[in-house]
Amino acid sequence: MTSAAATVDVVREDKPVGLWADAFRRMRRSPAAIIGGTIVGFFVIVAIFAPFIAPFDPTRGNLADSYLPPSPEHWFGTNIQGQDVFSRIVFGSRLTLGIAVLSVTIGVSVGSFFGALAGYFRGWVDAVIMRAVDIMLSIPGLLLAIGVVTFLGRGVVQIAMAIAIVNIPIFARLLRSSLLGLREADYVVAARSVGVRGPTLLVRHMLPNAIGPLIVQGTLALATAVVDAAALGFLGLGPPDPRTPEWGTMLTDTYRNLNQAIWLAFFPGIAIVVSVLGFNLLGDGMREALDPKLRR
Amino acid sequence: MGKFILRRLLLLIPILLGLTVIIFLFIRLLPGDPASAILGERATPESLARVREALGLDRPLPEQYWEYVSGLARGDLGSSFLTNRDVVDDFLQRFPATLELTLAAMLFALVLGIPLGMLTAKRRGSWVDNLGTVVSLIGISIPIFFLGLMLKFLFAIYWPILPDSGRIDLIEYLIPRVTNLMTVDALLAGEWGGFIDALRHLVLPGIALGTIPLAIIMRITRASVIDVLNEDYVRTANAKGLHGDVVDRRHVLRNAMLPVVTVIGLQTGLLLGGAILTETIFGWGGVGKWIYDAVLSSDYQVIQSGVLLLALIFVLVNLIVDVSYALLNPRIRYS
Repeated sequence: MTSAAATVDVVREDKPVGLWADAFRRMRRSPAAIIGGTIVGFFVIVAIFAPFIAPFDPTRGNLADSYLPPSPEHWFGTNIQGQDVFSRIVFGSRLTLGIAVLSVTIGVSVGSFFGALAGYFRGWVDAVIMRAVDIMLSIPGLLLAIGVVTFLGRGVVQIAMAIAIVNIPIFARLLRSSLLGLREADYVVAARSVGVRGPTLLVRHMLPNAIGPLIVQGTLALATAVVDAAALGFLGLGPPDPRTPEWGTMLTDTYRNLNQAIWLAFFPGIAIVVSVLGFNLLGDGMREALDPKLRR
Repeated sequence: MGKFILRRLLLLIPILLGLTVIIFLFIRLLPGDPASAILGERATPESLARVREALGLDRPLPEQYWEYVSGLARGDLGSSFLTNRDVVDDFLQRFPATLELTLAAMLFALVLGIPLGMLTAKRRGSWVDNLGTVVSLIGISIPIFFLGLMLKFLFAIYWPILPDSGRIDLIEYLIPRVTNLMTVDALLAGEWGGFIDALRHLVLPGIALGTIPLAIIMRITRASVIDVLNEDYVRTANAKGLHGDVVDRRHVLRNAMLPVVTVIGLQTGLLLGGAILTETIFGWGGVGKWIYDAVLSSDYQVIQSGVLLLALIFVLVNLIVDVSYALLNPRIRYS
């Protein structure tokens, strides 16, 4: 046993590039991953340093300044309350990224938990979980999210929960199918044949090999989460305090008088498009780097 | 084949039953109260209790559920708490509007997406291909509501060449509602002007709703055509001197369509969700807006039955997709 482990180590020393290092190396060569990563990094920096970037307080407005068009002082103009749109977009990035990360984290964790149960135990556990997944997937996602927000009440955490619930069945199904594919993999059969059982087999041998698709899908889910959060805001289900800067809600500032102040919809919309594009590019780049089948 | 369809139809029953339980419980747990939604905020506790009793909301949950499901079995999906109108009637009246919009969006996506995907695949690596990739990535990343607002601003307000909302000019054209599909009704009435007007009303919402499916269909078609172009039978077909167009049509496109068909099925759910946003922006009186309004006013009966009907349509579309998948691909036999 010891000698076998030593041999494996020797072989590993010959070829020191692990899966993650290899994936990272590939990502650095993928234009999609570089551009996507740069965009995402840009928004993360904007969110962290929002108070230093924004020239005005996003919640304070002067009614005398309402509906000012873009100018050197107010780059993206002002809204009806005279609040600076640029500052609101800068601070809005915190809320949007926060909701996206929180909702995908919850969605991945809970979804993976049920997916692991289904894929590992099979039998009636699998049947029950997968039927529940089928049922949840048969409700259009946005409709489900609207329902959950009405159920939980309006608020930032509630919005994240609503989007997370839409994600849960997707991740459950994804991890389950990866695990089913891994059951017959040589190294899993080998581990089982030397007596590795139960949770150890799942956690040590199967999960690490099933995590790639989860990370890719998670990144793409961040893009969907940004859109869904903004869609809820657009439908009037955003944060309850109207002063809170939220990109989707900001679009509605101009909803009824488009001809008057188009910049109110244009700039927050562009912020949404660019951040979503960033996550999509990053996810695509990661998929190419992590999926051996797509390697050229 | 008949057996396969029958088995899939039978499988729908447990899914739909589970759906009724989940929707029912979920909605009963909503913080909103239909009684106060009907009577308004200043209702007295006694009148609220009376309305709850009339609606059967004071009875135990299992009893309410049993009544609901036995009603379903008789084809009775209840009536709106607010308007007392039959839910099925309301749904059937509005669904054609959503169907018309969804079909227009899907048509837009397919008519542009498949040829563009084919073109970019055949010119892989060229500037056309790169441009196509960039445009489709942006198309996937544009939220429906933002695209809808911008289209409305550009083509209905700034350059007013298209109508900004509604399904037809109601003052100009009085058309008897037969199918509730505005374009079809206009044709049935022999109103050419009305038909054109209905089409013009479809353009902006159709593009807003169809852009994401367009980008996805384009990407999938491209990837799938590239795969097929490398197949031996395509090389054979080219080698034996078949005309390029014939190879494209008979060998490449037919085999490359399989993944595209699956995507069309999956997109239907997204379109039904996206219809809520599109219908809100363009004042389109369909089911999306109807269910959304019901959520805001806690109209339980409309929400639970409306969502159930939409989910039913969604799973049926996916069944149709699976069947056409089998018809398109002789290698797949469901047994």
